Amino acid sequence: MAQIEIKNLFKIFGTNPTAGLDLVRAGKTKEEIHEQTGLTVGVQDASFTVNSGEIFVVMGLSGSGKSTLVRMLNRLIDPTSGAVIVDGDNVMEMNKEQLVAFRRNKTSMVFQSFALMPHQTVLNNVAFGLELAGVDKTQRYERSMDALKQVGLDGWEKSYPKELSGGMQQRVGLARGLAVDPDIMLMDEAFSALDPLIRTEMQDELLKLQDRHERTIVFISHDLDEALRIGDRIAVMEGGRVVQVGTPEEILQNPADDYVRAFFRGVDPTGVIAAGDIARDSQPTVIWHTPQGSPRATLEMLNNRDMEFAYVLDSERRYYGIVSTDSLRSAIEQGATKIDDAFIKEAKTAKVDDSMQDFLPEVASHAWPIPVVDENNIYQGVVSKNLFLRTLHRAEENAHFAE
Amino acid sequence: MFSFEEKVIPLDTWITNFIDWLVEGYRWFFQILKWPVEVTLTGIQQGITALPPLLVIAVLGIVAWRVSGIKLGVFTVVTLIFIGLLGLWEDTMITLAMVLCSVVFCTLAGIPLGILAGRSDRFEMALRPMLDAMQTTPAFVYLVPIVMLFSIGNVAGVLATIVFALPPIIRLTSLGIRQVHPELVEAALAFGATNWQVLAKVQIPLALPTIMAGLNQTIMMALSMVVIASLIGAGGLGAPVVLGLNTLDIGLATIGGLSIVLIAIVLDRITQSMGTTKKQN
Ligand SMILES: Nc1ncnc2c1ncn2[C@@H]1O[C@H](COP(=O)(O)OP(=O)(O)O)[C@@H](O)[C@H]1O
Ligand SMILES: [Mg+2]
Repeated sequence: MAQIEIKNLFKIFGTNPTAGLDLVRAGKTKEEIHEQTGLTVGVQDASFTVNSGEIFVVMGLSGSGKSTLVRMLNRLIDPTSGAVIVDGDNVMEMNKEQLVAFRRNKTSMVFQSFALMPHQTVLNNVAFGLELAGVDKTQRYERSMDALKQVGLDGWEKSYPKELSGGMQQRVGLARGLAVDPDIMLMDEAFSALDPLIRTEMQDELLKLQDRHERTIVFISHDLDEALRIGDRIAVMEGGRVVQVGTPEEILQNPADDYVRAFFRGVDPTGVIAAGDIARDSQPTVIWHTPQGSPRATLEMLNNRDMEFAYVLDSERRYYGIVSTDSLRSAIEQGATKIDDAFIKEAKTAKVDDSMQDFLPEVASHAWPIPVVDENNIYQGVVSKNLFLRTLHRAEENAHFAE
Repeated sequence: MFSFEEKVIPLDTWITNFIDWLVEGYRWFFQILKWPVEVTLTGIQQGITALPPLLVIAVLGIVAWRVSGIKLGVFTVVTLIFIGLLGLWEDTMITLAMVLCSVVFCTLAGIPLGILAGRSDRFEMALRPMLDAMQTTPAFVYLVPIVMLFSIGNVAGVLATIVFALPPIIRLTSLGIRQVHPELVEAALAFGATNWQVLAKVQIPLALPTIMAGLNQTIMMALSMVVIASLIGAGGLGAPVVLGLNTLDIGLATIGGLSIVLIAIVLDRITQSMGTTKKQN
């Protein structure tokens, strides 16, 4: 059963949007219109339905209009033209009071940046929607505690958001969205700011919540894996247009155009997966870069642990170099007393946004796992041969699934 | 014409005529404006001077202690006793009353104006040149029209002070509102906040430390007007300074000036701590 119906929705940003509307309808592209008039086409001619109880993922590259689209559903952004119909009511025709009531009772929202109130406790943050709606204190705290329990954060209600990790903060954001018991949840890249492990955990959490209590969820994402994992249906956006809507299987088997095809399988996985996405910080030995850290002591430690390589960092986790048992031994033979003299000369780092292709030669030609650093040379973890191959394998499986 | 030996544009005459015309035709209007200030000032002044000095000292000392710490509490008490022993107690109370009265009106007008400016670019643009003018015009320039419209005395002094001390609280309230992350406002709207709720539950609480900084600046500017206000017959700690200036009594001018500085330090520290305690919560 359709819960949300979107009909020919347009959003043009700028001072005279209707002029832009005519140009779009006349078939001009987003770029041409921007050049001619300075107007930006956010969303053009979007039409689709979202069924009640499904997770509907809107996917597309950055700037393709996803955030604009989802904000038109609750009119945080007013559409330039078109209709949004929720449970038979046209949201476009609501006056101020009706719109406030609609936002309080029908929908809630989870944000990429979490958007928690820093001056309020976790509990008050979760209770925020109920407080706005004028629910009395005992009841709103009861319902908020319940929502906190659902996301596994009971016990944290008296903390402040800044005392929580990113993943926990977004659980608070999720609990705030659940506390008002909405029919529809709008989630704008809700998990994109979290690191990959936590992101997967949150996706599982969302699916679990959905098992327990089915809601209609419009979920914005730019991540293919995420869309495939949680989406019942997926809409693909490009340059403000919705280019295809369907189940993951339908889209994978019958991509509407090259853009969609590229998104799902045309691309070599080694070209899109970046070092930062797969780097692990679990297994390698890390030693601290100090003036006293002698090659001898390090060698002893590596021998004791039966390890071959160690990564040298300072207290801010800035990367200095790699030492191996071999390099330490030969440094000691030459009478070196500083750890720097034992660094493996040919060792290179990968940057977090290097693609797998970029550092494949590095991984392939050396025995040590390749260290990954960010733009400030801060150590993020390592990519081993093994991890590299496993990632490739998984990407290939996805590609098979696509065929 | 361009030898500049004669006055070609008689702007001064025009302004004189304009003010004369205002005074003659609309004095009643300015008397109405003056009325609430007069009532408030008289109330505060009578209240504060009726209290026994030791009670005032105790209350201010406790306030300083509660908002900041025992150090500021002791400093406040010692300072006030010292000023009392200098023989300037009554002048100090008048100054405090005038500053308090100016700050009350600056807050009443400034915070709402600041909020409007914070939420509307157009209003901010319209307001900014006026605030610039209020802050940069030397106070001496508007003393004359103020005297003509409101005559001399404490009330006129307070009015001049308000003109001078109003801008910072408007500016910093607006700044505070603008510094609130737009996504927080968006989140509030998404959960069904009305305009008022966005203001009361998100923007004002988050802007509060900045607003308090504005209040602090406004108080400091009000204090800095004490001497100038005395030029138009206002009493308080400015009076001994002006008197000392006129009679070349260096001693009198100095103890007046010293007391102003000490009071400024006390008020500055108290209001600054109020701002930071709010931030921590
Ligand atoms: N307030 C705005 N004013 C002008 N242009 C905007 C505004 N918001 C978004 N845009 C433009 O609309 C397009 C779509 O943006 P957005 O919906 O944020 O994309 P996405 O969420 O997919 O990254 C972009 O070209 C963006 O620059
Ligand atoms: Mg976006």
